[in-house]
Order: sequence, then structure tokens, then C-alpha cells
Amino acid sequence: MMLPKAAWSLLLRKGGRGRRGMHSSEGTARGGGKTPPYTNCYAQRHYPMPEEPFCTELNAEQQALKEKEKGSWTLLTHAEKVAPPYSHSMNGNTQPDLQDFKGFLVGKVYRLQFNETFAEMNRRSNEWKTVMGYVFFFFGFAALVIWWQRVYMFPPKPITLTDEWKAKQLQRMLDMKVNPVQGLASRWDYEKKQWKK
Amino acid sequence: MAPEVLPKPQMRGLLAKRLRFHMVTAFVLSLGVAALYKFGVADKRKKAYADFYRNYDAMKDFEEMRKAGIFQSVK
Repeated sequence: MMLPKAAWSLLLRKGGRGRRGMHSSEGTARGGGKTPPYTNCYAQRHYPMPEEPFCTELNAEQQALKEKEKGSWTLLTHAEKVAPPYSHSMNGNTQPDLQDFKGFLVGKVYRLQFNETFAEMNRRSNEWKTVMGYVFFFFGFAALVIWWQRVYMFPPKPITLTDEWKAKQLQRMLDMKVNPVQGLASRWDYEKKQWKK
Repeated sequence: MAPEVLPKPQMRGLLAKRLRFHMVTAFVLSLGVAALYKFGVADKRKKAYADFYRNYDAMKDFEEMRKAGIFQSVK
């Protein structure tokens, strides 16, 4: 929960797609791992170098920057490396606002290529709590179903599982001295006829 | 806005560092588990068997079982 509420609500409303996703014809681009044409959209930790850069439609300023990037990187200004490419334009390739909060140390050149920094991409979430909640809920539900089944559906126990048969079986095992060294019969006190304390 | 300068991260010897940590840990853990097994399981079991058979009388045991009625060949 590193992001302020405004950024989170924006991110959740856009469904993680950014403004690009809403206008593109690809539909919900949810990052790597899906079938084409979704595979090349966002970098993931297991897919760090997508083939398509994040911004494919560049305005003039961005194209100029790309040209400059082809030369020596020492010529890129501090601003181009450090300032975020904050832009309110309505073309399909702007970043979600979360970059304002985290991206102030990451420059325009990076942001043209990649949607998020590694730190942003790898951020934790609270999804595991939801998952565990569902898991436990269905454990409980299954338990209730099986309880109902035991009351209303199960047939009578086989004779060998009734309590009296099991008691006679245990007595016979003790008489035979089953596992007398470390096992069952070693726990039974034959003088006092009870389990050893 | 001047960004703060982060300390330079370790650039070399990453595998060696990881390997050293994990080799030492693996060694210690394996020896520890082996020692615990030897004392907690193996020696304890040997002692239990030795104690059981030190004063074991097979015929007495047999008579007890016979009286309990578990045999088919002898009552």
C-alpha cells in the first residue's frame, strides 16, 4: 500500500490497464502470460523485456528524444533522465498517474520503453488475504456439506468399525504383544491392566 | 530537484557470496539433522531393544499369550 489513495483508486478504476487500454482495440491488456495480442504489452518480473515498447505512438517531442537516445547517452540531459514524462494529452499512450508518485527518479526515456519501473512492477499486494479468505470459506462450506451427509446419507458402519469390535480387536492385539519394544504393547502396563502413564 | 545518491550496490561476486552462504548453511544443517537423528532416533531405538531383550524370557511370554487364548495350535 505504498501509493496514495488517489493513485490507487485511479489504478483500480482503470483495471491496471492505464489510459492506453481504454482506447486501444486490444481490450483488457493484463500483462504477460496471455495469448496474443496481449503478450507484448506489459513487462513482468518473468518477462522483463517485451518486444514492443510501451509507447508506440510518439509525439514529436518524444520522437526527438528517441533520436537522441540513439546517440551517446551521456548527451541526454539530467532532465530527460530524471523528469517524469507527465502528460495529460488524450492520445492512447500516456502513463497512469501513479508515475507521479513513484517515477520522479525515472526519466522519459525509460518511460517510453516501459510502463513501470521494477519497483512498481514488483509491488506487493493484499491479494493473498482474499485468496486465503476464499480458501477457508470453502473449507468450511465443504465441512458443512459432509456433516449433513453424515447425518442424512451415510449407511450404517461396517461391523469391523463398530466400537465393540474395535475394543475386542485392541484387546487381541495386546494379548499378542504387538510391537512390544517401542510400539503398542510397550505402552500397556500388563500388571495394572491400563495404559502406561 | 537533486536526487539523493544511493550507495553503489555490490556489482561483483554475487554468485560467490550466495554460494558461500548456502554451502555453509547446507553443511551445518545436514550435520545438525544427522546428529539429531543419530541421538534422537537411532541410539534411542538401539537402547530400547537392548533394554527389552536384556531380561527377556521367551517361555514366560509364550505362556502369557497362551493363557490369553490367541493361539489356534495350543490352548
